[in-house]
Amino acid sequence: MRDDGGAATPKIRLRGLRKAFNGKVVLDGIDLDVRARRSMVILGGSGSGKSVMLKCVIGLIEPDEGVIEIDGRNVLAMSRREREAVNDRIGMLFQNGALFDSLPVWENVCFKLLAQGRIDRRAARDKAAEILAQVGLAPSVGDLYPAELSGGMQKRVALARAIAAQPDIIFFDEPTTGLDPIMGAVIDGLIVDVVRRLGATAVSITHDMASARRIGDDAAMIHRGRIVWTGPAASLGQTGNPIVDQFARGEREGPIQMELRR
Amino acid sequence: MDLLLDAVAAIGRAGLRVCRMAGAVALFALEALSHLVRPPFYGRLFARALLEIAYFSLPVVALTALFTGMVLALQSYTGFARFNAEGAVANVVVLSITRELGPVLAGLMVSGRIGAAFAAEIGTMRVTDQIDALVTLSTNPMKYLVTPRLLAGTIALPLLVIVADILGVMGGWLIGTLRLDFTSATYLRSTFDFLQAGDVIHGLVKAAVFGFILTLMGCWFGYTSRGGAQGVGGATTSAVVSSSILILALDYVLTDLLFAR
Ligand SMILES: Nc1ncnc2c1ncn2[C@@H]1O[C@H](COP(=O)(O)OP(=O)(O)OP(=O)(O)O)[C@@H](O)[C@H]1O
Ligand SMILES: [Mg+2]
Repeated sequence: MRDDGGAATPKIRLRGLRKAFNGKVVLDGIDLDVRARRSMVILGGSGSGKSVMLKCVIGLIEPDEGVIEIDGRNVLAMSRREREAVNDRIGMLFQNGALFDSLPVWENVCFKLLAQGRIDRRAARDKAAEILAQVGLAPSVGDLYPAELSGGMQKRVALARAIAAQPDIIFFDEPTTGLDPIMGAVIDGLIVDVVRRLGATAVSITHDMASARRIGDDAAMIHRGRIVWTGPAASLGQTGNPIVDQFARGEREGPIQMELRR
Repeated sequence: MDLLLDAVAAIGRAGLRVCRMAGAVALFALEALSHLVRPPFYGRLFARALLEIAYFSLPVVALTALFTGMVLALQSYTGFARFNAEGAVANVVVLSITRELGPVLAGLMVSGRIGAAFAAEIGTMRVTDQIDALVTLSTNPMKYLVTPRLLAGTIALPLLVIVADILGVMGGWLIGTLRLDFTSATYLRSTFDFLQAGDVIHGLVKAAVFGFILTLMGCWFGYTSRGGAQGVGGATTSAVVSSSILILALDYVLTDLLFAR
């Protein structure tokens, strides 16, 4: 698989990434390139290690082996301080939102800006209102607490929090799972919109083919701990790769066998 | 033979597990303390934790101390009357409260409230990825969650114990003057005649240690909890049980170190 279309270094480059939990291999040599200013979607069955892969890149999980390069520099070899500086430029939307339920929405949204000392608390409310508007939420939402929001609103707030500090790289872990189809499409639209506006590199995890085609420029399929296919997102469904096509069409018969036994 | 070896191996494994955990807790505490001298500092979170521990525990600690002082006066009167030593009641009350019962009871009551609350709060943050989210939001979770709470716990407990000391003595005085035949002046005089500053100060030192331990246990079990609601429930229980046991054990050790010379 040659995918470095020219001399440009990929924004994110993974080589031979391995991770096992208590002897159970989850990532078994992941190789992946994400080009700058492109939107990559990652497909894969439940439990195939997609979230673990993202958490390795952002430093929440230490991989057992492998190389993770961001802008051509191996983050695993960096000092803690350098690593933090890299992470300052990354935004992440967690699978379940992970909003701070002890803080009001406005403080959630501006958390990173406040932590980095880029604004003071007085300015933060107005800034939060501005960012909330970008994800289609009224300024009054800023004074609510996360527990007072519906699931869709929580996803939007989590999205607002992920983009607030204007990151270079954004990770979206299942941004539309558990939403109704219309809200899913709205969130997809917002993602495409902010990624384009920020000029950011995006990596999104999704199970939803329609969503994958809407968000992604490129797509990659993870299966049994490896990337088994990469290609344009638009071709999903007729890629000619039996694993990807089975996944995209949601067929029970094919190379992917759901492991129902423990 | 095999059975014996198995038993020995099991004991060894349990011992190793305890040692490993003690080491991990110590490293956890050291890391949290190292953030005390490295900015940024979260004054707002410290103030909030102090309010939660000191202010909202006041009623519980105050009532506990008051009733304990009352019971002490009654019980010691019954005992001392047998030796015609009723005059020592006030002494016994004040010494028991300041040296022993004030810090221990406050520690146990607060660990039920605060150890449990911290373990549940931080544990929920752990299992819902909020702690991971802190890392992605340019914030060190130890510095943000643990350090302010540890500091607040260490400062709050001595403050609570000062209140407990006063109310405990007041409880004894109430019983002494209302139920027993002391006059107010005699009771207070014998309370303060024999009390030394060291008694109170050593009680406050104990309280600071207990405050540190109970917040440490709450934070540790919360921070390391795994596996959803059940994990958080387990963390809460472990935090309360272990801090209660540690408080009683350390109480002995500290008494040995501070008083018995
Ligand atoms: N901290 C952990 N400790 C032990 N095992 C883990 C841990 N995190 C993930 N796993 C295991 O790794 C495997 C992959 O998990 P992961 O969360 O990456 O799946 P996923 O691909 O994101 O699935 P989903 O689409 O359902 O979110 C799972 O089998 C899970 O049990
Ligand atoms: Mg996942």
